[in-house]
Amino acid sequence: MATTTTPQDVEATVIENLVAFGADPDAVTRDATLENIDVDSLDLVELTQVVEETYDIDLDGADFKDVKTVGDVVDLVVARVQG
Amino acid sequence: MTLRDVVITGVGAVTPLGVGARTLHERWTAGATGIRDGEAPCAEFDPTHHMSGKQARRADRSTQLAIAAGNEALADAGWADGLPYDPELIGCVLGTGIGGISTLESNHDQLRDAGPGSVSPLAVPLMMSNAGSAALSLQHGLRGPVFSVVSACAAGSHAIGTALRMIQHGDADAMVTGAAEAPLTPLSRACFEKMGAISPSGVSRPFDARRDGFVMGEGAGVLVLEAGDAARARGARILGTVRGYGSTGDAHHITAPHAEGRGGARAMQVALRDAGVDPDGIDYINAHGTSTQLNDRAETRAVKTVFGVRAGQIPVSSTKSAIGHLLGAAGAVEAVATVLALRDRVAPPTIGWEEADEGLDLDYVPGSARRLELSDGRPPVALSNSFGFGGHNASLCLEGV
Repeated sequence: MATTTTPQDVEATVIENLVAFGADPDAVTRDATLENIDVDSLDLVELTQVVEETYDIDLDGADFKDVKTVGDVVDLVVARVQG
Repeated sequence: MTLRDVVITGVGAVTPLGVGARTLHERWTAGATGIRDGEAPCAEFDPTHHMSGKQARRADRSTQLAIAAGNEALADAGWADGLPYDPELIGCVLGTGIGGISTLESNHDQLRDAGPGSVSPLAVPLMMSNAGSAALSLQHGLRGPVFSVVSACAAGSHAIGTALRMIQHGDADAMVTGAAEAPLTPLSRACFEKMGAISPSGVSRPFDARRDGFVMGEGAGVLVLEAGDAARARGARILGTVRGYGSTGDAHHITAPHAEGRGGARAMQVALRDAGVDPDGIDYINAHGTSTQLNDRAETRAVKTVFGVRAGQIPVSSTKSAIGHLLGAAGAVEAVATVLALRDRVAPPTIGWEEADEGLDLDYVPGSARRLELSDGRPPVALSNSFGFGGHNASLCLEGV
């Protein structure tokens, strides 16, 4: 599955899930900071569970230490999928 | 030491009779029932009407019910536009019997079917038994004493009694208190059925000769309590007073009450003493009245022990005849119902009571609601009883306005 995953797929998955967790759909853009869209550590743990399952990757809490925006999350997942 | 008086300034409830404390009061008083097919769900409750999607996702159904009842109670107290006291002097004590059991069950299903990696990261904060008080504290910024109490079907009354003490002793100027329970799940249904507690006929008829167990229900009741001086100083509308509280243990059996209702009687006596109210001053009793053989007989005996020859003259009714048994939430919902009944000078009925059982000869208010007859101009005073598995007994002495 990883071989056919595009960055656009990952972005769509990340945004879809953040909205499902309760974030404002209009506010969830690549540039939005997690703080501004009220995404907290519990949301990131839930998101981690989803993307690990969807893309067959492994992430842990330390991977998110420099993550500030939605785009950072997408890039982190894309890098792991492609790595 | 003179203790502060503690008044009730707001009430909220979500029950099988509908959303809202007044809905509970009006529909029960009118003789309506929220029992359907042997259970009592809060069928009219839609969590999305009461909280954000994010808040709903982070709350077990029991906590969702607490949030809705809490929002209503705070608005009813006139707190919608902000807290009237220092937030560090406003706390929250809620009760529950079981906590987030639907969360526990769904995560156990995940664990069994898809392994440990599949359980929800939200499982712990959703299923913890203190989730209700935590949620109300978070939402409303309550930074005084915040915790939950667990004592099976007495939890709601224990929570209110504990909140009373917090204000009386100055730990807080106001407390948000009550209880919530959402036990209509496959596991809890099976467990209560297996122990023979659930009515096979699916009928809740407390104190009736044909009673055969309780009907399980869900719901929440929340009250806002304030130090009387502070509430009067801010011009609060006062619904009633928590006059006293008694709490005892049976030390008799893990599930069965003492046959003479020893612990229950003593809880009522302690509540009366705490309130400074003579037994002759009680105008109404909101019974625990579960519709089980053992409770209703033991509670009847306990009332006779406390009130003697006058026992048969006091109207005694059970909210569980209308909404089933809300387990840990029962005492809180019943306190809400009692406060509003006292305000309206009415004893709501024990719905479905028709056949007297030998020895169960109190005035159970059969048929329909009745005016509370008060001999003088004083406000009406009631006891509200709650008894839980484990031999936990709690009785509240409540006064109307």
